[in-house]
Amino acid sequence: MNVMYFAWVRERIGLPQEEVQTEAVTVADLVAELTAREDRYAAAFADTSALRVALDQELSDFDAPLAGVREVAFFPPMTGG
Amino acid sequence: MTVRVQAAAFDTGAELNAFVKDRTDVGAVVSFTGVVRDTDGTLHQMEIEHYPGMTERAIAEIVTQVQSRWALADVLVIHRHGILAVGAPIMMVATASAHRADAFAAADYLMDYLKSRAPFWKKETTADGTAWVAPKDEDEAALKRW
Repeated sequence: MNVMYFAWVRERIGLPQEEVQTEAVTVADLVAELTAREDRYAAAFADTSALRVALDQELSDFDAPLAGVREVAFFPPMTGG
Repeated sequence: MTVRVQAAAFDTGAELNAFVKDRTDVGAVVSFTGVVRDTDGTLHQMEIEHYPGMTERAIAEIVTQVQSRWALADVLVIHRHGILAVGAPIMMVATASAHRADAFAAADYLMDYLKSRAPFWKKETTADGTAWVAPKDEDEAALKRW
């Protein structure tokens, strides 16, 4: 699946998006996999209460299943307007 | 309904004039413009990042909500991204209705939701460096009003 990062999440991980091959069942499982990869991921995902997640461009949550999802995006709380 | 997400600057007055032009069925037009604010004289510029695709979907969903809750003749949302200078308009909303209560409430709702539910992120550059703008607790609390 395509995993995207925005704002300071993108800066900490060092890239805007990447293709990830994963068997993760939920968003939280995916976060655990990414966190185990390298320190830069661990730094970005250290406090998931400070993060938001979107699945196929709809806001979701970390307990949500990933079955059928093509695009996952992680980002901080939004500051539009 | 018009929604525009763009890097280009826009002219709030011209947009508002175009929004009301030739309309004879509305008695009330409300507009709000968000501007890059330099609170203590140290801001060099603001940069706004967004999530292309999701941004347009999220705004369309918010507009659909206001159209179902209030009697609106038309709705306009413009939101910029990219690098913005101090004093530049960031975004605007305009609502048109027969009576002012609907236009005011819809514009207020649009702003509350655009602030916290549309995927934009603001980054400020000052003499001290760059920093992402953190949301305020009251921004999230404001959604509960509705």
